[in-house]
Amino acid sequence: MNVANEWRSARVKSIRDLSADIRLIEIEMSGPFAPAAPGSHIDIAVEIAGRPSTRSYSLLGPGRDGVHEVAVKLASDSRGGSAYMWTLKPGAVLKTTAPANHFDLNLDCNEYILIAGGIGVTPIHAMARALAAQGKDFRILYGARTRSDLVLAEDLRALAGERLQISCAEDGQRVDIAAAIASLGKEGELYICGPIGMLDEARAHWSRSGRPPANLRFETFGNSGRYPNAPFTVLLPHIGRTIEVAKTQSMLEALEAAGIEAMYDCRRGECGLCALDVIAVDGVIDHRDVFFNEEEKAEGHKLCACVSRIAGTSITVDTGERPA
Amino acid sequence: MADQTFPLNAWYAAAWSHEITRALAARTICGKDIVLYRQQNGEAVALENACWHRLLPLSLGWLDGDNVVCGYHGIAFNSDGRCVHMPAQKTINPSACVKSYPLIERHRMIWIWPGDPALADPSKMHDFHWNDGTEFVGEGGTYYSLKCDYRLIVDNLMDLTHETYVHAGSIGNDAVTETPFDVTHSRRIATVTRWMNDIEPPPFWAKNLGKPGNVDRWQIIRFEAPSIVVGDVGVAPVGTGAPEGDRSQGVYGCFLAAITPETEKTCHYHWNFVRQFRKDDAELTRQINQAHVNAEGKGLYDQDAFVLEAQQRAIDNNPRLPFYNLNIDAGALWARRLIARMIEDESTGVTGLHSEAAE
Repeated sequence: MNVANEWRSARVKSIRDLSADIRLIEIEMSGPFAPAAPGSHIDIAVEIAGRPSTRSYSLLGPGRDGVHEVAVKLASDSRGGSAYMWTLKPGAVLKTTAPANHFDLNLDCNEYILIAGGIGVTPIHAMARALAAQGKDFRILYGARTRSDLVLAEDLRALAGERLQISCAEDGQRVDIAAAIASLGKEGELYICGPIGMLDEARAHWSRSGRPPANLRFETFGNSGRYPNAPFTVLLPHIGRTIEVAKTQSMLEALEAAGIEAMYDCRRGECGLCALDVIAVDGVIDHRDVFFNEEEKAEGHKLCACVSRIAGTSITVDTGERPA
Repeated sequence: MADQTFPLNAWYAAAWSHEITRALAARTICGKDIVLYRQQNGEAVALENACWHRLLPLSLGWLDGDNVVCGYHGIAFNSDGRCVHMPAQKTINPSACVKSYPLIERHRMIWIWPGDPALADPSKMHDFHWNDGTEFVGEGGTYYSLKCDYRLIVDNLMDLTHETYVHAGSIGNDAVTETPFDVTHSRRIATVTRWMNDIEPPPFWAKNLGKPGNVDRWQIIRFEAPSIVVGDVGVAPVGTGAPEGDRSQGVYGCFLAAITPETEKTCHYHWNFVRQFRKDDAELTRQINQAHVNAEGKGLYDQDAFVLEAQQRAIDNNPRLPFYNLNIDAGALWARRLIARMIEDESTGVTGLHSEAAE
């Protein structure tokens, strides 16, 4: 996490609904403006259930004239960031960071596949623009649950033409990640942003194909899982505490709110610093991180508190804290 | 923020080709710390010289095949700057990478693009073919971390009246100050042309011409923004047609400068003097090299370096004093205007891919 990235004020310039639950928000930044590299995001200070929190939103493109664009899907399931973003009206004042990039596009490659799942299309859109402008060889696989979720299909079609392949679950279609990887040249790179299941599938196929791990690039903000968000209980026998995690809260946020010390850094399931030892689970761990590999997730000895949840009633963990 | 002194979206010389090997070499270019090395297939690579993890310079680590390994915790990055190994965990953090800088190896040098990689256009590479070692020969060198704003060197080379004072006894004489010059300019190039006809040749040229009598002497200095200078210089016996284009009776060469900002107040001055006469004479090549820069610090360019660093110190100590310009500065002022325009275009995104309309 870039600690040097300071908060600055910004303003909602305009809002346009791309579908019944996906909204394009134009944000006017203050201070010096530079075009953002593809894959960049901004952090936005949000309020969830009355508490301040931070959410990251990928940018749709480089931005211009001091304005950046994000697309926000109103998810009943989310931890509440999108609900806040949907309360914003034009003119609303926000706190944001300058763009930062954890999903850097390598321009020095001859072949690319871009895969977008649902609202994960936002950074993929920025990448497609950059690759099209450079005349690069790229294909896009764009999947979503419903046709109305495919809000950037037309834009991507304009950028990629026949090289865009759309898969819609309500039409019985599915992004064929295995086939895409098989068709990619040896030196090719794959960029993927979508729900965790999609990422896991891509990582598994990629690893089996024996390709260099560094050529699979992905990003997750850790807000999707295999199970819907639901409240659950965390038992901390070493310090004799029991806390409740609300549906709109992460386990890490709930620990913090209860004054329980936990280490963390990225808060999006990448760095592994918030990993806690699991003692018992009444239910199933919904691993939403990319820090653990498949075997580690299957073993379930640890979980990343910043993003992972329980589908079930409770989890018993050890934060490492001991009574004085 | 102080006014920016250099554009980032340009190709800058980072090293001589022979300097980049299978060892890690650190350079700071336009304020960016960069590590350079050569892959096993010979291709050169330029990466950000700070480990993603704890920022230790990667140049303090080592090469493992084509990967650079941080000397602190063993985190490894491939030649694209992507992390390929992380200690004590089974996955790799997907955001782990260091910047990879676009690179071109051409004209016996390695050039990097410190700005937006999306804009790194090989067609914007400077013409520096004089350094190829074919049409002209010569061996140059580099003042790394010379303590002056790179534009002071541009000033120096675009106004050769200084030869009369700084380089008296070798190439300077009164003819240079007494002869007017012409300046032409386009969007990227400014050229200063000075013909000194029917003059007594200065010692360096008299010796290399090896013919008695007066000469027609020329200095045609081409600046290509932001920091390439090529000075076509020579003499021919007076009246043999050099001003009209026939140089066959004369001797000539080019001074070459690929000046790379290191910071706002320091730079790397890659220089060469290449000649078109006695090209097979290796001893002459060595002598000319030594005449420019030598261990005693008495070379032609050592004289310039002394002046340039003293000038920078004076600028730092007198921050409010402006430069006053003379007629002799016309070439330098055009060069500075072309640089300023590049910086301005960059900040407004005029040249940028990113400036295209957003939907």
